[in-house]
Order: sequence, then structure tokens, then C-alpha cells
Amino acid sequence: MNDITGLTLTQTIKALEKKEFSEEELNEAYFSKITKLNPKINSFLNFAKNSRGIPAAIKDCILTKEIKTTAGSLVLSNFIPPYNAAVVEKLLAQGISVLGKTNCDEFTMGSSGENSAFGTTKNPWDLTKVPGGSSSGSAVAVSADLCTFALGTDTGGSIRQPASLCGIVGLKPSYGRVSRYGTIAMASSFDQIGPMTKSVEDAALVLNWISGEDNFDSNCRKGKFILQPQGLQTGMKGLKVGVPKEYFGKGLDSEVEKTVKEAISKLEELGAEIVEVSLPHTEYGIAAYYVLITSEISSNYARYDGIRFGGTRDLFGSEVKRRIMLGTFALSTGYYDDYFAKAARVRTLIKQDFEKAFAKCDVIVGPVSPTVAWNLGEKITDPLTMYLADVYTVPGSLAGIPGLSVPCGFSSSLPVGLQIFGKQWDEETILRVGYAYEQATKWHNEKPKL
Amino acid sequence: MNYEPVIGLEVHVELNTKSKMFCRCSADYFGKEPNSHTCPVCLGLPGALPYINKVAIESCIKIGLALGCTVSEKSLFERKNYFYPDLAKGYQISQYRWPLCVNGKLTLDSGQVIRVNRAHQEEDTGKLTHRGNETLIDFNRSGVPLVEIVTEPDFRDVESVRDYAKKLQQLFRYLGVSNADMERGDMRLEANVSVRPKGTQELPNYRVELKNINSFRFMVAAIEYEIKRQIKALEQGEKLNQETRGWNTDKKCTFLQRSKEEAHDYRYFPEPDLPELRIKNIEFRIKNSLPEMPWGLKSRLVELGLSEQIAVVVSENRIYGKSVLNTIELAKPEGISPMDVARYYIHILKKNIDENTPTFIIQEIKKEKEGKISDLVELERLAKLAIEQNMKSAEDYKKGKVAALQALIGGVMKLSKGKADTEKLKPILEKLLKS
Repeated sequence: MNDITGLTLTQTIKALEKKEFSEEELNEAYFSKITKLNPKINSFLNFAKNSRGIPAAIKDCILTKEIKTTAGSLVLSNFIPPYNAAVVEKLLAQGISVLGKTNCDEFTMGSSGENSAFGTTKNPWDLTKVPGGSSSGSAVAVSADLCTFALGTDTGGSIRQPASLCGIVGLKPSYGRVSRYGTIAMASSFDQIGPMTKSVEDAALVLNWISGEDNFDSNCRKGKFILQPQGLQTGMKGLKVGVPKEYFGKGLDSEVEKTVKEAISKLEELGAEIVEVSLPHTEYGIAAYYVLITSEISSNYARYDGIRFGGTRDLFGSEVKRRIMLGTFALSTGYYDDYFAKAARVRTLIKQDFEKAFAKCDVIVGPVSPTVAWNLGEKITDPLTMYLADVYTVPGSLAGIPGLSVPCGFSSSLPVGLQIFGKQWDEETILRVGYAYEQATKWHNEKPKL
Repeated sequence: MNYEPVIGLEVHVELNTKSKMFCRCSADYFGKEPNSHTCPVCLGLPGALPYINKVAIESCIKIGLALGCTVSEKSLFERKNYFYPDLAKGYQISQYRWPLCVNGKLTLDSGQVIRVNRAHQEEDTGKLTHRGNETLIDFNRSGVPLVEIVTEPDFRDVESVRDYAKKLQQLFRYLGVSNADMERGDMRLEANVSVRPKGTQELPNYRVELKNINSFRFMVAAIEYEIKRQIKALEQGEKLNQETRGWNTDKKCTFLQRSKEEAHDYRYFPEPDLPELRIKNIEFRIKNSLPEMPWGLKSRLVELGLSEQIAVVVSENRIYGKSVLNTIELAKPEGISPMDVARYYIHILKKNIDENTPTFIIQEIKKEKEGKISDLVELERLAKLAIEQNMKSAEDYKKGKVAALQALIGGVMKLSKGKADTEKLKPILEKLLKS
């Protein structure tokens, strides 16, 4: 029965409809697989066996009623939420069951998974490597077939980058596509919840489920994301694919570059017209991003005072403390204009970069991460190097546009992801491109051997 | 040297909306079981997000428009960051750089114009209760909508402060946006006080903030004390500093709460959880639905022939004042004077106008006029009886409280079932009270 876990979400739904196996058998298969593999990879912080529903893994920064939610932090090590996040409510309404909560960098702050207070998650392709972060546990759970799909959150790349490093599909929706209510905020004007799946088709389905207004997130857009299978299967013909020159410069690993360029050639082969575009303010992205998010963090994390819930502030890990201090500084009298206000202007420029580029093309493609998964412990003592790992994902976050990571090959036996950016609210086209690419390549069928 | 005070006022008013500013909890918290009106949003739980209460925004716009403010087409909510145990999120959602209503004014009885810098929207905090060594927090008030109205430093005496605050209170009640009850904390005052040599124009380089003073009476006392304290300090050559002071009710003096060095840096920045407020179409709608302001109604009543004093009294409440005005207009062709109408309202109806239409009231006044008791002996008998029944008012009057006479007139009216001729009664009462 164990091969059930190899099915995608869409395949699982079809098999259940045909009664090839029961929901109970499905849950049992995933539960026993987690029981066996989790000690090796530390993907789940907690998990439970359900008898019904399609089992999904939920990142531990997303609140689940009466199920412990720690966000990878000692501050919340005993926090039992009294309510469900909007996305969880929406999934439950679709007959999804919460299989477990996945490990992540503390309060989603990190790019390697190593900032979790509850131990590092291991990359299933090589247990000595990082899985990426911050949605590390979710990426690993999908990659190792420990769930049908997972939810992650993405502030500056936290879905796309671990998806890329673990060889799965990860979608960060447009800012405002999915309600953030009940998802622990890192930086409110960036955070989005999105699907981490075994196929592009699954990502489209999960986005349909979790999108749409709920009257609890004022920044959430009305209306669900709807994409019919025919829409997904339209193919590449007539699409213009933009390639930003700034995404292929210094810092990009040559093997990763080669793999991504091959993927772009594949898109051309499939009928796309490749155009060169420019995103001239890319180099200021990381600086602006870290000023803005730390400012928001310094305010968002004030509620963790140990009075109404959770532990005291001394339990914060060093990355959280670092960001609170940076942001407090950036917002202080005399510094606001030089830091916060200036970074906000850079954000506008980056948004305009994308608008100008999208006047020439339908999607923009490039690498997700400058390198494949690195060694555990390699960058953890050097925060700045760690921040630079987000260099290609952060600009899309600043612009609030959707980004998709699809597996596009391997370098030194480790997965490489192709990033596909779309115009704001145009998840449809990036999913269409991702689907066409996936159908033509089958990289997503490769599984780690555990 | 002669000094004059320079005073600016910040008034917080709690709106009487059904739900709180950013969640669906009931905003009617007063006297309720602690922490029974709470949810993840107003408790600041992880993951909770604010969702704007449109009715509150409309109330804020009403206040702004009634004060002649410009409603900003684009305004933003911002976070005011500071730590206090009653502040669930560790920041208050407020407005700072982009307030909703700006540049208004309010004209005082003296004719002085007080410039209103802004009227902006924000939320209230929870409430702390200290009991022995422990402190309890009640979050029922957390997130109740507040509007803050800030003046320019235009006041030069305490009387104008009093008049301004009273007018604002009346305005809130007219608009129906708040009960504006000072005792319940619906309306709170903060004053910025400094003094300068009379004749100078520039603002002093310091100001003393009088804060956390919960009663109007104490605020007036604190301002008066503060003016004297500051003048004395300047006369002795002391340098005055920016600071926050409170009021000690026992010692009847102000005391230092926070010096400039200890001032908060609130690190305001745009609230990332909320979209920009774009106001355009609703401003027009609200403008057209605004009721007449109390001072407008009052001057119309005076034009119709009521005395200033009576007009102020009857226009205190909007519905009552409008009813008086309608009746006066309808009574004119019937040969009934405005003062007759007002008297009937004040002495016979009291606050009880619900079931009395103007036509009915006019008929009653006519009947009363016809059956009026004008007999001086009978009036004197009734007057003595009324004084016996209400010795307190009689004492008050003797002590110089002229208004107490009205209560005695009311007593006679009651005894005579409204038939006493008050014009003749008044000198009789005065005579009896003086003897």
C-alpha cells in the first residue's frame, strides 16, 4: 500500500473517487511513513493519525485550533491556538485533514531551516545539506512523500527557495490573493500563504481552495482564483518569456546557471518567444527588503510579551532578536527618513521595474536560488551571506507579484528550481508555463532515496 | 512682567458604534464582565488582523465635517509603537502623518475662533486594575473606536477651554456619535500648557502636557494650577522644560510624570495590515445628512424671540430643541409667544416630549392661558407652599444661586397644574424669598 504516498494530490483525489483505496488507508499510509522517516529528517514538529480526509501538512506558523502551533519558537512552545487560520478553515471545508505541523525557521525568519528552536530539518536528497527555508519542513514533507501537499508561507522566498532546494513545486501567490488571518505574521505587507506540491496542477488546485476574501484580512482580494484544467493546458504558444539580465550575474553558481538556461531553452522549444528584459534595481532589493521587513517585524513582535500567551521575550532566538533590533533602529526618530522611507521608495522603483518589464513579456524567468542546497552549518554564523541567498526571490516579494518554483534539473545530484514570475493577479499564466514545462520534462517525477 | 497662557487641547472621544474599531466584538463594554467582549483581534493573539469598522470612519468624518475640517481624500492608518500591559498588540493603530480630517475650527461664545488641527481615528486600550500586589487587565475596552481632536495652541484662558470642551461634548451628542459622558470616560481631555510674556507672539519653546486627568473639573483645576506654577517659575528665573504632568487630587497640585528625556519614541509607520483609506463619495453623503449644530439651532431660537439663556437650555439636546423650534413656529399664528412655548416645555413637559406633538402642545398652552391663575393671593399661597416643599432651592436662591428660582416656579406650576401665571408669580416668589 505504501506507493499511495507517491501520488500527487490530483491523482489521490481521482483514486479516492474510483475507490482504489479508502481515506483511512490513505491516512494510515502517510502516518506510518512519517513515523518511520521523520526521526531522520525532522520535517514534522507534531503529527497525528486521522481516519478521514486528505492528509495535508501545515507549516507551523499557521494556526490550527487546538493543535499546538509553535512557529518554530520557544516563545510559543506550548501555544494551543483557540482558532483556525483562514486557510485552514478553507482546507477543512474541502475535506482536507491536518496531518501535522511542519518545522520552520523560528517565526519564518531564515533561509535554511536552521533557525528552528526544535532542531534542523534535513534535505532528503542529502541529509548533510540544508532544505532551504523558512518553509523547510513543508518542502521536505512534500519531497519525501510524507503528505499529499503542504502549505508554506513566503515573505521573501520562504516557499520558492525550499521548494527549489528540495525539488518540488512551490507557489507564492500575489500579495492579497490569500487571507493571512490566523497565520503568524512576519512582515505584514509581504507575507503570503501558498501551496507546496508534487505537481503544478496540484498547486493550481490548492490555490483555488485557499484563495478569496474572508472579511478578516483587509488586504485580501475579493473572489477566488479559478483555473480550469483546459486553461492550465493551453501550452506555451504565443507567450513571451522575459529573461532579466540582472539574474544571471555575479554570485550565481555556474552549474545552476547552466541548468536554468537549459530550462529556458526548453521553453523556447515549446513555442515561447524569449525576450531579454531588465530589472535595473535588483541590486538594491535585499537592502530595501531587510529594512522594510525588520521595521514591520519590530512592531509585529511586540505582542509576544508573555502576558496573554506564550513565553517571555528572552526566549527569542538570535535571528529574531537581530531583526527586532534592526527594525526598531530603522523606525526611530532621525532614522525613519534615511531608512524606512528610503527603502519604501526603492520598493516602488522595483515595482516599476517589473511593470516596465511586463510591458514586453508575459512571464519573467530565472533561478530561484543562486546555489543548490548548501551544507548544514555553512552559513548560519554569517547572517549577511544567508540574506543574499534570497537575492532572486526578494524582488518579487517587494513587488507583490506571484512567483512559482518548478523543478528544472539537478546540479551535483541536488535539485535546481526554475522561478517563473507573473504579473500581479496573473497566477494563471505562470501556472500554465510551469505546467507546460513540467509535462515536457518530468523532473518532478524524480524522488529522493531515503 | 505680565504673562499669558498658551493652551492647546487634545480631546479623545469614544464612539458609540455597535462593534469595535477593528473586530466584531461588541463595543458596549461599560460594566460588563471583564474580558467577556474579546476575540483574537482585540487580544492581539498571533495571526489576528484588524478589519476596519466603516461606521466608525463615518462618525469620524461627521465630527470632522461638523468642525469644518477638510476630509482627506487619502489617509492612512499608522502604528504607534509603545509597550504597556493594557496595549494588546504592543502598538496602537492610530493616525499621524496622514489623518482623516484636517484644518477645522470651532467658534466660542466669546467669538474667538479655535483652530482644529485634526480629527483622526484610532482605537482604545484595555484597562488595568491594581489590587494589592497584583494588576488585572480587562481587554473589553481594547479596540473600541476613538476619535482624537487636536486644536492649535489657541486658548488664552481657562474659560475658553471650558467653553470649547462643552461645545464639543454637545456636538458629539448632536451627531449621535458618542454619549460623551466624562464620568464614564467616553470623553477625555489632555491639555498642553505653557506661558509667555504678554504681547509676544511666538510659541514658547516648551510645553507641559497634562495627562491622565479623568475629570473635567480636575483638568480645569490642573490648568489653573499649572499657569500659576509656570508664571512663578519664570518670575524666579527658572527654565521650564518639556514634560508630562499629572494631577494630585489630594494635594491639589500637578506633579511630574515624565521628563523630556524619558519621552517615548513611538516609531510611527504606515499600518501594513490595512489599505489606504480613500474617501470621496461618502463624504458628500455624510455632509448632506449632518444635523444642524447646537449653536446654529440656538441662534435660530434667539432670532425667533427666545432669550439667550433659555435658547441655550432648550438646544442642549437636538431633538428637544428642534421640537421647541417647530412648536414656536406653529404657535406664532395662534398668538402664542415663543417664551410661552419655552416655558411650557421647561416647566410642564420637562424632558418628556415623546408623545406630545406640536399641535397638541399648542392646544395645551391655549387651555392653560385661558385658565391661568392670575389671582395674586392664590399665587402667593401656592408660592409659599412650593417654598415649603422645596426648602433646598429656596436656600440656594438665598445664597445667590439665581437659577434655583426656576425650580420653585416649577413647583408652583405643578401645584397649580400648570395654571399659574408665571409672569405674575416671579415677583411674588422673589419678594417671599427676600423677606
